[in-house]
Amino acid sequence: MGSLLQVNNLKTGFHTEDGMQTVITGIDFEVNHGEIVGLVGESGSGKSVTSLSIMQLLHDTPGEIIDGEIIYKGEDLLKLSEKKMRQYRGNELSMIFQEPMTSLNPVMKIGKQIIETISLHLNMSGQKAKQHAVSMLESVGIPRAKDIMNEYPHQLSGGMRQRVMIAMQISCNPSLLIADEPTTALDVTIQAQILDLLKDIQEKTNMGILMITHDLGVVAEICDRVIVMYAGRIVEQATVKEIFNNPKHPYTKGLIDSIPKIGAGLDELYSIPGAVPSPKNMPKGCKFAPRCEHVMDICNLEEPALAMENGRSSRCWLTQEQSQQEGVVGHGQ
Amino acid sequence: MMSKLQIETSTMEIPKVKSENRFLNFWRQFRKKKPALFSLYFVFLLLLTMVIGPHIVPYDPAEPNYNRLLEFPTLDHLFGTDEYGRDILSRIIVGARITLSVSVSAVLLGTVVGTVLGLVSGFFGKWVDKAIMRICDVLFAFPDLILAIGIVAILGPGVRNVIIAVAFFNIPSFARIVRGATLEVKEMLFVESARSVGASTTRIVWKHIFPETIPVIIVYFTMNVGTAILSAASLSFLGLGADPSSSDWGAMLSMSRDYIGSSFHLVFFPGLVIFLTVLAFNLLGDGLRDVLDPKTND
Repeated sequence: MGSLLQVNNLKTGFHTEDGMQTVITGIDFEVNHGEIVGLVGESGSGKSVTSLSIMQLLHDTPGEIIDGEIIYKGEDLLKLSEKKMRQYRGNELSMIFQEPMTSLNPVMKIGKQIIETISLHLNMSGQKAKQHAVSMLESVGIPRAKDIMNEYPHQLSGGMRQRVMIAMQISCNPSLLIADEPTTALDVTIQAQILDLLKDIQEKTNMGILMITHDLGVVAEICDRVIVMYAGRIVEQATVKEIFNNPKHPYTKGLIDSIPKIGAGLDELYSIPGAVPSPKNMPKGCKFAPRCEHVMDICNLEEPALAMENGRSSRCWLTQEQSQQEGVVGHGQ
Repeated sequence: MMSKLQIETSTMEIPKVKSENRFLNFWRQFRKKKPALFSLYFVFLLLLTMVIGPHIVPYDPAEPNYNRLLEFPTLDHLFGTDEYGRDILSRIIVGARITLSVSVSAVLLGTVVGTVLGLVSGFFGKWVDKAIMRICDVLFAFPDLILAIGIVAILGPGVRNVIIAVAFFNIPSFARIVRGATLEVKEMLFVESARSVGASTTRIVWKHIFPETIPVIIVYFTMNVGTAILSAASLSFLGLGADPSSSDWGAMLSMSRDYIGSSFHLVFFPGLVIFLTVLAFNLLGDGLRDVLDPKTND
């Protein structure tokens, strides 16, 4: 399995009154064909900015990509013209947004919106495009697909709208689907259905999915590999099993501990104290140090590198000290 | 796996929403606004008059009758006769065509130009927006009528130039309104979602943003037609508009001002139809706004 998407040293910043603020500080990761990668982190950790950077949908925000490479199928997306990039969006790379309530145009019939995507990329006649749209709606499990084509988004429930959105985004058979918190706005019962559907589509089409979420439950459900982000950096990267069985970074541990557990005492939910630091006043050393339970002297002085070890990586002095003691020297990026 | 999933969901109950007709829905709400409804009837009556007016007039509106000069309203001449003995009712009926076509086409022209400028300004922002909005500010700074007089003075009098002049001062208000609506719609997620499937900028503006601004445009179009009738009539009254001998309502007012003391009906009836028409367009606009654009309701 070759790598489908490879992000190298991606740096994205925002224009503010005080000049450029870097919010993504050189991240590297990859998504392979047929793999579901979870991108996890709190609000403000840079997950959505990462996804918008990959799609290059930052023009409507003050954001700008400063540096780095986004290699998709061997081609650097950042070097493509806007026109070429437009042909890729929806066709090669697609994106599902968080809010199915607002991501469909309220005054356009559903059929028309799906056909719009199809006719932008696939060379299909009107009648054929319509049939394709109906079959896409059926493939995401929408009953009465033919009738739904002539309805407006407000006539559907949230789950149905997210299905429509998914149908629209996979209608041109993209190789990479970026799902930006696709289930956050939905009821829990519907969440599971949508995740099943995504997993199903992925198995059928072998597309790579980058699943952006703050919900580790979603990760456990469908992801193969997890990338944990904190303050615009990757702090840990491992397979799902490893993350849940043996989280290395205290932040990841904190995230896992914050999941409510059935059967556990219901006194209080665990939460990581504090909040993600703003780009304006980042701590000098490890960015998580102020909130970390295991903080050491070195943590406040120097930021640890993202150390690789047995195919997984973590950015913490704790693990790096251990591995150094064991004689395995962690190499930075 | 896929087929199993489909079986599961196809048994799910989705309430079948009655496929609603948007126009019917609109009409149901609009019907309740009585003043606007009557105004709509009145506007329809005016439109009908525009079409069949010349065929139903009781007298030839251009034919002088020197035996019946300045006659007060009688059963023969319901609105009386003017200084040449022409039937005022007939002249008003025939004048509807010229008066309304001037103002409607002027506002239409202003709407088209203003909408395009507003969309461009709102969507592209930055210096394009600044440039367009500063020009609009300059146009706003002139009192409407003075601006129109200035334009007519440059282009020369005549119906065509009145249309251009009135269109001109409609541009900035439409540009601003459409810009505002564009700014609002532009931030919506479905615009980003359209971009994420590879839609081009032109396509997004035309297919996704413009349709959202249509209700506001309809409302202001209706309201501005009222104002435009007044402006066109004012220009005619000042002798800068339609040919004074024509039966344009403003021109009729202009010609009859010498008789205002002795024969009030010469001024009263053209004035009354102008008043009623402007009122009807404004009330219609208000009603449309209540239904189409509830947010800006004040």
